[in-house]
Amino acid sequence: MIVYGVALLSVCLIVGMLIGESLGVLLDVDANVGGVGIAMLFLVIASNTDKFKSLCTGVAGEGIKFWSAMYIPIVVAMAARQNVAAAIDGGLLALVAGVAAVVVSFALVPLLSRIGRPNVEKGPL
Amino acid sequence: MDIFETVFVRNNLIVAFAVIGVIMWLSYFLADKLTAGRIHGSAIAIALGLLAAYWGGLTTGGSTGVADVALLGGIGLMGGGMMRDFAIVATAFGVHLSELKKAGIAGVISIFAGVIVSFIVGAAVAVMFGYTDAVAITTIGAGAVTYIVGPVTGDALGATDAVITLSVAAGLVKSILVMIGTPLVAKSIGLDNPQSAMVFGGLMGTTSGVAAGLAATDPKLVPYGAMTATFYTGVGCLLGPSILFFIVSAIY
Repeated sequence: MIVYGVALLSVCLIVGMLIGESLGVLLDVDANVGGVGIAMLFLVIASNTDKFKSLCTGVAGEGIKFWSAMYIPIVVAMAARQNVAAAIDGGLLALVAGVAAVVVSFALVPLLSRIGRPNVEKGPL
Repeated sequence: MDIFETVFVRNNLIVAFAVIGVIMWLSYFLADKLTAGRIHGSAIAIALGLLAAYWGGLTTGGSTGVADVALLGGIGLMGGGMMRDFAIVATAFGVHLSELKKAGIAGVISIFAGVIVSFIVGAAVAVMFGYTDAVAITTIGAGAVTYIVGPVTGDALGATDAVITLSVAAGLVKSILVMIGTPLVAKSIGLDNPQSAMVFGGLMGTTSGVAAGLAATDPKLVPYGAMTATFYTGVGCLLGPSILFFIVSAIY
């Protein structure tokens, strides 16, 4: 049944969010700490485990693949509901701070990508 | 007209599916015909979405872009946090654990490096613009982390409304720029494998920006970037009103 896959996905998200909220309470911060990331880990583990095979393969798997494929349209809807007007209204300070933070962070990507890959030249790929 | 409104408002999520479907079709058509595939269709769709959001904000004065237009209210639900997180988690389907382990340490380091670097840049800009009190500098710096960390930090420290608004605006600029800029710089920063995508997600941190930026670059990288990005805001909220504020107040 297609809904089995959808249900597995939903349970992963809910449990992940619960853990993320609990982490927020534990650390005394007003935010969900990594809920989505933890949910993703659950789904990765479930889809690599034999026990959950029946929920991830065949028709049930299609239920997860559908939502994965809906990701880009959902992101487009997300873009369409951003507060772009407020960002532009923020004036020069907001603009400079935002742009500078992005430029510096972009520049750090190649530097940090090297960490933990010391054999990058020696390896076959 | 009344009939139109009744049907559109009552079925707003379905209207959103149809409208977004048309935007996707148009974007992929334009990407194919006008740019011969050089610009990804989803990048055009996201840009169109942002333009529509700007128009929506201008005409309605609301804060959720085109979703404030009554007939298009469903876009708010379709593009809201719940659906976004659901779809992001779904992209993890098919990810291999070994890929995650490979970038594990780099991913964790990038989250802390990303929060601290963005904070320093934002705080420096605030100082450049003449701010001298530690609370305002910290709040604006936190806004450069993400538009959630800014107000959370500002509230905790008792910053003024004007400063909190500025911090949100800085975070929004960052998020939008990551959406638009990522596909343009992807090649030059080596953003073409799961490991660098995890580092990228950790450094940028804005979930919406990373989600859209990677989607427009290479959808296969989305789960890796999203995985680290979702920890970023939490780490930011943790460091902003505490360690980072102490450091700033020791200087000012």
